[in-house]
Amino acid sequence: MSLQDVELQLLLNDMIDRYGYDFTGYSEASLKRRIENFMIKDHIPDISMLRSLIFKNPDYFRWLVEEITVNVTEMLRDPLFYKTIREEVLPALATYPFIRIWHAGCSTGEEVYSMAILLKEAGILHKSRLYATDINPQVIEKAKSGIFPASQMRKYSENYIQSGGNNDFSSYYSSNYNLAKFDKSLSEKMIFATHNLVADSSFNEFQLIICRNTLIYFDKKLQSRVLELFDHSLDMLGFLGLGTKESLRFSGIESKFKQIVPGQKIWRKQK
Amino acid sequence: MAKAEVNKGNLVVIGGSSGSLQVIIYILGRLPNDYPIPVLLIIHRAYSIDSMLLDLLVLKSNIKVCEVEEKEKIVPSCVYLAPADYHVLIEKDETFTLDYSEKLNFSRPSIDVSFISAAEAYGKNLTGILLSGANEDGAEGLKEIKEQGGHTIIQHPDEAVVNYMPLQASYKSEIDEVLDSEGIARYLISLIPA
Repeated sequence: MSLQDVELQLLLNDMIDRYGYDFTGYSEASLKRRIENFMIKDHIPDISMLRSLIFKNPDYFRWLVEEITVNVTEMLRDPLFYKTIREEVLPALATYPFIRIWHAGCSTGEEVYSMAILLKEAGILHKSRLYATDINPQVIEKAKSGIFPASQMRKYSENYIQSGGNNDFSSYYSSNYNLAKFDKSLSEKMIFATHNLVADSSFNEFQLIICRNTLIYFDKKLQSRVLELFDHSLDMLGFLGLGTKESLRFSGIESKFKQIVPGQKIWRKQK
Repeated sequence: MAKAEVNKGNLVVIGGSSGSLQVIIYILGRLPNDYPIPVLLIIHRAYSIDSMLLDLLVLKSNIKVCEVEEKEKIVPSCVYLAPADYHVLIEKDETFTLDYSEKLNFSRPSIDVSFISAAEAYGKNLTGILLSGANEDGAEGLKEIKEQGGHTIIQHPDEAVVNYMPLQASYKSEIDEVLDSEGIARYLISLIPA
């Protein structure tokens, strides 16, 4: 299965025309690989068949979008990132009467629950609101449930300890067979919604925006545009947290931000 | 011979798992500091030793070694190391894309992911080398490199500390050359345009 460039363009154009989803700013190699894998998995022999299926069937289109966007995430991913959030970011946020946090591209929500745990331990969850958005309605539904595979809890517990956590991590969820359901008190302050970083605009002012391992799927132009959206959506002295291999380099907003700790991908807006 | 085809826009991709590190160190030590062809290394590893691996390679290599940065342009005389926990894909415009999607062959970075995408971007201007390892990652990738007209090499199973990986590749597609560490180093040096 090897998609020609022109075939990919036809498919992407259909997706814009029919559903208003624009993937033309995505990194081509990664997007192409996902679409090819999808076609193999669903036994689609050629691009015309795929185009016809998505044209006729909105549900099929939604499934395609879910499959071609990457939804791999974990709780307290890169524990040192969260340690920095605990030690450097939350004390600053604690001085605000009301804290708004945006998890952009939240996928199935593991990082949103991670943040809620940190906020709770800092004693500021009660005055926080966590807005969690993703392009996929399906993953948003999973995120809302707060139910994750129990098999992951050992790893998450290790991440938790490395992030500087002092409690018993298992006190935050109850296990039922192979599932772990996270405590209702964590999700009370969460608001989930679909939001497309490519097309939708800012919807609030935040003190902290977290967007990790989403920008890597965008080309440079789209990356810059999304970073500008984050800039517009951040309060003065607000924080921006990105993935391990993402940065503000080469974007238009770099000069307005300062990295708070060397080596950690967290910036603070200076002007 | 492959040498005649070598020009601007070549790439060497090397994949290895357990038992491959000493081979990579040996090969990098043999290449001159002005070695003109970019080299991408995909090495399976545990997350915790991440920075140590880069430091070690920097120490042992004559050529500049750096970790792949996303959207970075691939330039000559540079050895690129796939970062821990990300797949590395190669775009047609000779830049890198990083990808945090599912593990493949229990691996991220996966050798197959990089080999297959490099094969598509570089075609016959690509050399793929698969070293020692206990996993079948890379076998599918070498097959794709061969199909796209590139040159494929595996470490000689007699020399490999763990021969499973090169053997799996040899079962999956016809391999152009089966070489020991010295042979691989010599081959890479032979790619330098006269």
